[in-house]
Amino acid sequence: MVQLENIQFGYVKSRPLFKDLSLTLEPGHIYGLLGKNGAGKTTLLKIMSGLRFPDGGTVTILKESAPLRKAEGLQNLYFLQEEMYVPHLKVDDFVKAYAPFYPNFNHEQFAEYMHELELDQETGYMDKLSHGQKKKVLIAFALATNTKILIMDEPTNGLDIPSKSAFRKLMASAADESRLVIISTHQVRDLHSLIDMVAILDNGHMLLNASTYEITEKLLFDVENTKSSEGKVFYTEETPRGNYQVKENVNHIDSSLDLEMLFNAAIINKNEIANLFK
Amino acid sequence: MGVDFNNTQTIWMQLVDWVFEQILTAAWKPGDKAKSVRELAVMFEVNPNTVMRSYDYLQNKEIILNKRGIGFFVTDDAVEKIKSLRKKQFMEEEVPAFIKNLKLLDIDVQEIVDMVKNN
Repeated sequence: MVQLENIQFGYVKSRPLFKDLSLTLEPGHIYGLLGKNGAGKTTLLKIMSGLRFPDGGTVTILKESAPLRKAEGLQNLYFLQEEMYVPHLKVDDFVKAYAPFYPNFNHEQFAEYMHELELDQETGYMDKLSHGQKKKVLIAFALATNTKILIMDEPTNGLDIPSKSAFRKLMASAADESRLVIISTHQVRDLHSLIDMVAILDNGHMLLNASTYEITEKLLFDVENTKSSEGKVFYTEETPRGNYQVKENVNHIDSSLDLEMLFNAAIINKNEIANLFK
Repeated sequence: MGVDFNNTQTIWMQLVDWVFEQILTAAWKPGDKAKSVRELAVMFEVNPNTVMRSYDYLQNKEIILNKRGIGFFVTDDAVEKIKSLRKKQFMEEEVPAFIKNLKLLDIDVQEIVDMVKNN
C-alpha cells in the first residue's frame, strides 16, 4: 500500500539523511515507527505523504507516485503531524472547511470520537486550545476521515492519562483489514499493545521491519534465564527483577515483546539483528 | 481488568487466560456468543490481530467455534477442555516451579501437605 524503493534524501547535499532506504507497508496493520532523535522519522513520514520529494528512488502510495500528489491518493491519506497547524476557526467551522477533502469523512463518527476523547464540540477557537486539546480534536478528525492510510507522528505527546487510554481504544476500534496505520513514537509504553508491526529506522535505512509475531518467534525476551539459557545474547540490562536479556530464540519459546529492549538490542547489534530478519 | 500487560506472559496468551476465566466462572456459558474480536480489542486496548491470534488458538483447542458471519460461540464442552489444558500447564510448569521454591526455601513437604489437608 506504501512502497519506498532506494530512497535518497538529504536536507543538505553533503550530509544525506537517507542513502538507500527501502520499505514496504501493508494494510491491516498498525506499524510502530521507531528511531533515535534525528534518525529522520518525521522526514520519512513527510516523504510518504508527498510533503517532501526524495532526491532519488521512488515512493508509491495506493499505486500512485507520492510526489505527483494526485487527489485520489491524498483524499485517502491523512497525516497528523507532530507540529500541528491549527487555524483560527471553531471546531464546527474547521470540519466544514476540511472534511470535504475526504470523501469518506463521517460526521457521526467525528462526534462520537470527540465524545470519547472528552471534547466539547462547542469549544471556542481551536488555536486557543491547549496543546493536548488541539491534538485530540485532530485525532478525532483524522480517524473520522476514514482514509486508507493514516499516519500519526507522536500522537500521544501531550495527551493526559485518560486520553491515552481513550486513544488506544479508538485506534483498536478503527484498525481493520483495509487500513494502514503508521505511528511514529518514542512513547513505546503508550502503544506497545496496539502496534503489530515494528519498523526501526537507523542510520539512513530500515534496520528492521517485522511483525511482533515474527519478532517473538526469532527473539526471546527473558529475565535471569527463566525461559532458556541457550541462544546468542544481543542485549543485557540489569533490572530489579534480575538480568534482562534479549537473545536468539533457539528453542521456539513464546515470550513477551519489550519494545524498549528490542530497540536497544537492534541499535547495538545492527548487523546481527538485520541478518536474523532477512 | 484481570489483564496486566507488564507481566512476562505474552498479551495473546493473557487474553486466552482471560477467556478461560470467563468460561470457568460461567460468565460465558456453553452456547453463549463470545465477545467479538473488535470488542475485546477495544476493551483491552490491543491490536485486533492480537485478539485474532488468541481466538485462533481457542478455536484450535475447540473452546470456541466460529459460526461464519455470526461470530464466535462457546463450545458445549469448553469447561472440560479448559480444565484439562490448565491441568497440563499446572503439572508441567507451575508444579516444577513450586518444587524448586520448596527446595530453595528449605520447606518441608509435610508442611505443605498439612496446609492442603486443612483447607
